[in-house]
Amino acid sequence: MLDEFRRQYAWQIREFFFTVKLLRRNPSAVAGFVIITGMVAMALTAPVLAPYNPIQISLGERLGPPGGAHWFGTDELGRDILTRVMYGARISLWIGVLVVAIAGGLGAVIGAVSGYLGHRVDNLIMRAMDVVLSFPPLVLAMALAAALGPSLNNAILAVAFVMIPKFARMVRGEALAVKEKQFIAAARASGAGSLWIVWHHILPNCFSSVIVLGTLILGETILIAASLSFIGLGTQPPTPEWGAMISVGRKFLMDQWWYATFPGLFILVTVIGFNIFGDALRDVLDPRIRR
Amino acid sequence: MSEPLLEIRNLAVQFFTYQGTVRALEGVSLRVERGEILGLVGETGCGKSVLARSVLRLIADPPGRITDGEILFKGRDLIKLSRREMRRIRGNEISMIFQEPMSSLNPVFTVGNQMQEVVALHQAVGRDEARRICVDMLRQVKMPDPDQVLLKYPHELSGGMRQRVMIAMELSCRPDLLLADEPTTALDVTVQAQVLAILEGITRQRGVAVLFISHDLGVVAQLCDRVAVMYAGGIVETATAAAIFAAPRHPYTRGLLQAIPRIDEGREALMVIPGTVPSLIDPPRGCRFHPRCGHRFQPCDREPPPFYEPSPGHRVACHLHAGEDQKRSWSRS
Amino acid sequence: MEPVIEARNLVKYFPIHSGFFGRHVDYLKAVDGVSFALHRGETLGLVGESGCGKTTVGYLVLNLLSLDRGTVSFKGVEVSSLRGKALREIRRNLQVVFQDPQSSLDPRMLVKKTVGAPLEVNRLARGAEVVRRVRAMLAEVGLSEEHVYRYPHEFSGGQRQRIGIARALITGPEFVVFDEPTSALDVSVQAQILNLVKDLQRRHGYAYLFISHDLSVIKHMSHRIAVMYLGIIVETAATGDLFGEALHPYTRALMSALPQPDPSKRTMLAVVAGDVPSPVNLPAGCRFHPRCPEAREICKRSAPELREVKTRHQTACHLYG
Repeated sequence: MLDEFRRQYAWQIREFFFTVKLLRRNPSAVAGFVIITGMVAMALTAPVLAPYNPIQISLGERLGPPGGAHWFGTDELGRDILTRVMYGARISLWIGVLVVAIAGGLGAVIGAVSGYLGHRVDNLIMRAMDVVLSFPPLVLAMALAAALGPSLNNAILAVAFVMIPKFARMVRGEALAVKEKQFIAAARASGAGSLWIVWHHILPNCFSSVIVLGTLILGETILIAASLSFIGLGTQPPTPEWGAMISVGRKFLMDQWWYATFPGLFILVTVIGFNIFGDALRDVLDPRIRR
Repeated sequence: MSEPLLEIRNLAVQFFTYQGTVRALEGVSLRVERGEILGLVGETGCGKSVLARSVLRLIADPPGRITDGEILFKGRDLIKLSRREMRRIRGNEISMIFQEPMSSLNPVFTVGNQMQEVVALHQAVGRDEARRICVDMLRQVKMPDPDQVLLKYPHELSGGMRQRVMIAMELSCRPDLLLADEPTTALDVTVQAQVLAILEGITRQRGVAVLFISHDLGVVAQLCDRVAVMYAGGIVETATAAAIFAAPRHPYTRGLLQAIPRIDEGREALMVIPGTVPSLIDPPRGCRFHPRCGHRFQPCDREPPPFYEPSPGHRVACHLHAGEDQKRSWSRS
Repeated sequence: MEPVIEARNLVKYFPIHSGFFGRHVDYLKAVDGVSFALHRGETLGLVGESGCGKTTVGYLVLNLLSLDRGTVSFKGVEVSSLRGKALREIRRNLQVVFQDPQSSLDPRMLVKKTVGAPLEVNRLARGAEVVRRVRAMLAEVGLSEEHVYRYPHEFSGGQRQRIGIARALITGPEFVVFDEPTSALDVSVQAQILNLVKDLQRRHGYAYLFISHDLSVIKHMSHRIAVMYLGIIVETAATGDLFGEALHPYTRALMSALPQPDPSKRTMLAVVAGDVPSPVNLPAGCRFHPRCPEAREICKRSAPELREVKTRHQTACHLYG
């Protein structure tokens, strides 16, 4: 059983390790990976490692500067900012992963079907995608989140909706190329229907580019989600979300710089991490460079 | 006996890749005499393209490198030349045409533009004179309406016409040697016949020697004076075209000729050479063909065969043609 | 005996769009009236140069392209008008092997899935039964059973073609189209594949439509040959008759242009001038007349019909009445 599994996936496993080897040599990949892993680790261990309770109010310690007891200082309700930043990572990353999963999944299917079927269906779907893409992503997300009502889940749905066309468009392009290959004609000749071909042939061949795009979009998602919270449309207080923290911290920026700066810094670093890792991943997976 | 135009001695070329070192060419020796058409025949991966590119030092380093041997052109070793000297030879004394002319011609410039550029590069002539030379060259490759053709873009011409343009361009500077890497493989058979006729005509007329690379034995038989057969990075047999086809001596050459479907003879089943082409990263010891050879005996898996000459001008890299004494000493050991 | 496949007057024009609004300007007459019939165990060789429409004919017969006019019948049932489920039922009887070993197999699919897919898609078998039949098929085409769990890139070109053949034959079709199956292969590998294909036909009685530009391969594989030029058949005969005496000037040109591996016979002659024209601007009258060494006045005016000149030997040429 295990033997069969290993034989079946032997090549994928080898490819995976080869990819890892190439990534190790790439400085941006390593840097990005370190950042991402750091953030993920922080998010996962927050409940255990965070020094305080994120929503524990301590009015006696309001707006304290970074120091021994509070490495990042405290906010206007005396809550430890380091703890809130750590918990914030959980939320941001969770949003990112969920959005990419939803948008990637739906977008890929839409794009693959559109590209494969072509003609009118393709036209219709792509024009619909164009409509969505013609809005600046943040504005559209804001409008949707506002319409749905301010909450974490609605923020996720809003951002996912905005990201779908990016995946759809990319996968459609790949589907157009894959469609012309002879194995597709062979599948049709064998009697396979369109849906079967899209699911078994087109989508697997688009997989790696979806992964790469996903990594890049993750960064953008975190930014948009933070922006939504910044204007109050995403997570609601007292949830410690980075964007929300900056929103409140803005008021105190002049005298209590630490409030907005630390969450802002973490957004910056996280997004950069995903971006440079995604870029390196794209390069490494490019079949021409792999030779 | 005049010295050959091109003499390759013991050439070895290796490619350093992630999977290992590919021993693409080993112990390759070849001569091309002035004015003759030498056919270089072999299947995919035998190294014929690598050989041609090595002559013009077009092998990208990394990952490839010439690791041994000499390439003597008019007595000078091309491997030892500086890059500048090599550039002067390319296009001037040695030219090359490739299989797919579409990739050799820049699609955004007209044919005339590119041809004139080549002429102007190698000969110090003005624009009008260059144009006149181009029209003249096109006429020599029997191109209809040469003036019109100069104004066209590569994609507006058919495959056959593009190859003719390539031939014209590469011969415009009167090289002594033309390397032709599968120039008609991508062409239809009737067009191929035309292009080959033109190629033969113009090279004979000017005394240009041609190293004609192909996997098509029929074309080689019709065009070439002498033929060299390659297998897995080495030359296995060299002889006149007549000798190679009438009396092939190497088991691989024989196998190849028997595997081709013929128009003139009916065959129920084609003779097959068992096995597959070996990997060049870890080639067989001794003779590289021995695992697939039905005639192998003692020395074949140990000693790489040198060139024996069973009849004058006919060289075979096969121990079957060793002298009787040599064979006796092998059977004793 | 009833023919397995009968094609009648197949016509396929591709509209050409030009200009900013994609107005349709002209037609590319890829196939312009092609008919043939194939019986069990027989191979029809379709030969011609690029642009003659032979590949398009293959696609039309398999219903991978829609016909503009004409019909294709499989054992009397008209295939060209079927859709959906009925079409899929027939499909398992009409299979195809493609040219390019690089793109004819999905690089992300295991051999097991590639070869087994026709069974699954047509609901002919499931699960372990599929694997069993795939293994049996691989053995029959000369591959080993352990190859089920490998990916296409782990195989050589010749082996990939064998996989393609296994995929085509696993549903037990009665008719197989081979579209230039060995053009991308080396001579020695080609020989193996051609022998295999012939052997399978002998054992199972498949009817083959063998498409190629290589006349010597066509001669080796076919019982009957149809020569195509610019969308029509210009000559058709039994292999022996065609090579015994080729009637149409184009057939003769093809044969004389074919380089033979025998230096003592310097036969390769360019009998025709000019390039292979495109099927967009067809010459008036006989399509071949601009290049024909024996063209006459009548050839420029009227297109000759395909007519039987000798027993079971037809040609479309004014030279023969």
